[in-house]
Order: sequence, then structure tokens, then C-alpha cells
Amino acid sequence: MNSMRKFEVLRTVMAILIALLISFVVIFFVSEDPFNAIKWLLTGPLTSKRNFFNVVEAMIPLIFTGTGVCIMFAANQINLASEGAFHLGGLVAAVVALKMTLPAGVSPVVGIFLAACAGALFTAIPAIMKIKTSADELVSSLMINYLALYFSTFIMKYFLMDPAIGSASYPIPEASTLPTLISRTRVHPGIIVALAVAVLGYVFLYKTRIGYQLRLTGENQKFAEYSGISIVSVILISQLLGGFIAGMGGGIELLSPIYDRFSWTSLLGYGWDAIIICTLAKKNPLYTPLSAFFLAYLRTGASIMARYSDVSLEIVQIIQGVIILFIVAQQFLSRYKHKMIAQEAKSALKDEEVA
Amino acid sequence: MLSTIFTADFFAAILRATTPILFATLAAAIAAKSGIINMALEGMMLFAALFGVIFSSLTQSWAGGLLITMALGGLLGLILAFFVLNLKTDEILAAIAINLVATGGTVLLMLAFSGDRGTSISIQSVPAPKLDIPFLQDVPVLGSLLCGHNVMTYLALIAVVVVHIFLYKTPLGLKIRAVGENKNAAESVGISSRRIQYIALILSGILVAMGGFFMSGGYMSMFTKDMAAGRGYIALAASSMGANTPIGGFLVAVLFGIAQAFANVMQLSTIPYELIQMVPYLTTLIGLGIYSYSRMKKRQKAGGK
Repeated sequence: MNSMRKFEVLRTVMAILIALLISFVVIFFVSEDPFNAIKWLLTGPLTSKRNFFNVVEAMIPLIFTGTGVCIMFAANQINLASEGAFHLGGLVAAVVALKMTLPAGVSPVVGIFLAACAGALFTAIPAIMKIKTSADELVSSLMINYLALYFSTFIMKYFLMDPAIGSASYPIPEASTLPTLISRTRVHPGIIVALAVAVLGYVFLYKTRIGYQLRLTGENQKFAEYSGISIVSVILISQLLGGFIAGMGGGIELLSPIYDRFSWTSLLGYGWDAIIICTLAKKNPLYTPLSAFFLAYLRTGASIMARYSDVSLEIVQIIQGVIILFIVAQQFLSRYKHKMIAQEAKSALKDEEVA
Repeated sequence: MLSTIFTADFFAAILRATTPILFATLAAAIAAKSGIINMALEGMMLFAALFGVIFSSLTQSWAGGLLITMALGGLLGLILAFFVLNLKTDEILAAIAINLVATGGTVLLMLAFSGDRGTSISIQSVPAPKLDIPFLQDVPVLGSLLCGHNVMTYLALIAVVVVHIFLYKTPLGLKIRAVGENKNAAESVGISSRRIQYIALILSGILVAMGGFFMSGGYMSMFTKDMAAGRGYIALAASSMGANTPIGGFLVAVLFGIAQAFANVMQLSTIPYELIQMVPYLTTLIGLGIYSYSRMKKRQKAGGK
């Protein structure tokens, strides 16, 4: 078991190295001064306090959607609607902040809670469709993401829009915004909630009865069915919870010091990022903060690189894509895995002989 | 508004909106028939849209651009097949990876070729021409309905027939369906399922590349960032609603085309534009629900007997 784990770590590291290597090749092609670009990409986040805390800020939404996706994917519900759930969460938080007059401490809590509920109801749509009509959740969730985007833009334009700006809502009032935790950065209490959610997600999946049922269904639905687990409730619970967390992430992100208005007129991509996070974390929410840190570091590095060199930000998407490809490629390095297992078996045999 | 709907122009608008979806739907159908969900259609279409602009500009011919784009589309299919079949990558995750690379990669490539990161307007590409059919165009009503569409639209319609014949009347098509139905049974009669799935994914890549080519060389005459706009995903839905058959997929793609064309006409009304933009996706979603429901009932009936 130990060697399997070691192998997984090794493979993840190898995948990341290959991805970086490929991106260096791309940088060499597009850049006049490739070494400068690579330097900023790799060390940019460490060059100042602000840059480093940019990484921490960027982690927050990734931990939320990543944990949500882990819970859905652990039950083998390939629901890709966390993208839309995050977006709707942001919208609902903005609506609460702008349209409901609540006392200062209460307003963000209500906003985030309702954002989470909206997210849950949203990702439940593919779940309910699957239960009632057997429609594949993958396809239906892809469609509803666009509905979330256009619906949110509609609500923003017709009910929240600041005519002085034109493409954004009125500013979020002070009473609803989250404070900053560290001065001269935009790190907000969302990071604490995010870490708590990751831990709770782990406890839920690995330490509770329902979590076990979810994972069992994910591993082998037929077997789970025969052992008396209600598949319908697994489908529903996993996706309600996944959306709840993604929606909460959207609400927190919008009320954070990073945004001062609801200005999301295109999907932000955190739902897709979540799939990278979940893949890196091997569907275990406990590892999502680590994966999120890695991705956020890469993103921040790339945006610093884009500022100080002639390579543009989009290189990150290539790196991410290649990492996923190699991490989920089961045959990648499989020969080495065989060797490792064989060696361990041999040494175990030797130990026995000695004994 | 009604008067604008029953016109030759509206008919042309339907065909225009249908064309890219139709190519992608056929691509989804071939892959699905071989037993693989090709969710990378979205990224492949996006790549092809950019390749179309670049290579039609380099060759200064739309046909040259189309051929190279199709070849590169086949290559993308090959790459997907390599990861899914040789490295045993989960097909959905592999597709997500390809789509990610496409989103970023197209912008980087466009930047390298045109110096612009939003559109490819500075590249002198050659879009596919509109086709007038001699004699037919002089026939009243019929002439104006059937003539003057983009070459790619005619190719898409021909592709429906070709893919249908290919899947149902040729030995290779039979093998593809056999592998998709039951891999082990196909293997037991000596069919190499890996080889067949490779072929299916390459063909899938070629077909969706034609759709991508039309996006930037017909539907529009330049490449813009993220211009596939979910069409690859819609095609997945359309193909599954059409039971992964070319004819079924064609009917659903037309339904989508009507929804899209209708949305375009409704832009002139007082209904908010954002709500109109939801129409095609909503149509697909409802259609998917109805189709899946009826299939489930049919299965239950068959199982009950």
C-alpha cells in the first residue's frame, strides 16, 4: 500500500515536471527573452508580500469548488455544474447585499448562506433530471451552466445595474463586504471557511456513514445497490452538497475585498479548475488546499510573468491541461509501478526468509 | 415578427446556425458509436476555428485551409485516442484537459500569428464561399431556398448521408458499432477494438474540425476568443438525443438551429437579450429530458414483459 502511495506522489510530481517542461518549450517559441519569462513564472509569487498573498487569495475559490467537485466525483456523479453554482452564488450574494437591509455582521452571513442554497438547488437540477428522466448529468450540467450565466447577467442588467458603470451592479455596501485579515493584502476570512470546508468535506466523505455510501456508490454502483444503499439519495445528497459548497464559494468570493460590484458577465472557470483540483487531490477534500495552493501559485506566477515579460497569461491553461492528462493517465509510468511493486514483494520475501 | 420567420432569409439563418452543430453532432455520433464520449469536441472545434483562419490565410485558399484544418482535426482525435486508449486516461478528464489547452493555446497561437489577443481580424483569411447552383437558382421559391448557402452547409448535409452510409452500410462502420455495443464480443471475433476506436476518434476529429472551420470561415469571417461557445457540448447533447445516429442527430441539430435562429430574430423584440440567449440551451436541456424520459419508459416496458 505504501509503495502505491509513493508511486502516486511520484507520478503527480512527474506530471507537473513534464507540464512545466512543455510550457518552457512553448515559452521559448513565443518569447524574445524566455529566461526572464520563466524566472517570473516560477519565482514571481515569492518576490513580495503582496504577490505571495495574491496566491492565498486565489486559493480560496479553488478550495470551495474543488471540495464540492470531490464530493460529487467521489460518488461518481460527473456533474460539471459547479461552474454555474459558483456564478449563481455570486449573484445571490450580490442581490442580498444590494436589496436587503440587514445589520452589518448579519448581512454577509445571510448572503453567503443563501448563495450556498442557490448553488445546491442549481446542481440538484442535473441530479433530479437523472433520477426522474435518466438524462445523463454530464450533458445536462454542461447546458445549465450557460443558463446560469445568462440568467445572472439578466438579473444584473435589469435589477442591479449601476447606470454610471453600465456593465456592473451598484457597489456592494460596506456592511456586506468581508473584512481583510492581513493589512495591505486582500486576504479575507474566506480562507478560514475554505480550510474548514475542506476538513469537513474530508470528515463527511471518510468518517461518516453517508460519506461511505457515497464512495461505495462511486466505486461500484451495482455493488452498492445490492448492499442496500439507496442510489437515489446518494445521487441527490452528493450533488446538493457539492453545489452548496460551490455556491458558498461564489458568495464569499463576491463579498470579498477582491470585488466591489457584481461584474461577472462571463463564466469565471472555477468549476473547471475544480476538476483539476479534485484530480490532483485524488478526490480527497483534505488535499484540496494543497492542490489549490499549487494551482494558485502557478496562476499568480503566470500573471506576474504576463506583466513583466512578453508571454501571455494563457500559458497557464496549457500547463494545467497537460498536468491533468498525465496525472489521470493510468498507464503513465506503469512500468515503473510494476518494478516498484515487484521490488517491494521481493524485499518482503527476503525479510520472511531471514526471519 | 412572424413575417420575418417565414422567409428564405430565416431558412438560411437556420441552416447557418445548424451547420457547425451538425458537424460536431456527427463527430459525437461516430465516437459514441465506438463507445467513447468525445467531450473534447469543444476544444477541437475551437482549435479548428483558429487553424482555419491561419491556414486559409497561408494557402490563400479556403479549400487548402479546410484540408489542413481537417488533417489537424484528425491529429487532435489521434491525440485524444492515444491518451484514452494507450495511457488509459479517463475520457472525460482527458477531454477537459484538451479543452483547457485549447482555450489557452488558441489565444497564444493567435497572439503569435496576429499580435492581437481578442480576434484574428488582422489575419487575411479566406472564408468558404457561398454556393449558387446553376439552373436551380433560377427556379422561383425553391431556388432562393436551396441556393446561396455556404459551401460548408452543403458539405454538412452531405456528411449526414455519408456518415449514415459509412456507419450502416460499410464493414468498417459495422465494426465501429460492434465495438461500441460490446467490446469483448467484437474482440472475440477478431476485431481489434483499439484500432477501431482510434479510427472512430480520428474521424470524429476530422468532422468537428469542419465545423470549427465553418465557425471562423463562414459563420463569421475571423477567429474570436472562445468562439465555440459551448457548441461542442450542445453537440454531445444533440447526438445523445438523436440516439447517436446521423439522421437522429441531424434532426436535433436542426431543432437547435431553429432555436438559435429564432433567438437571433427575437433580438429585435423587446424581450431582454440575455433571456433570448438562453433559448438554445434551454431547448437542448428540455429536449434531452424528454428524450431520456421516453427512452427510460421504453426500457422499463421492455424489461417488464
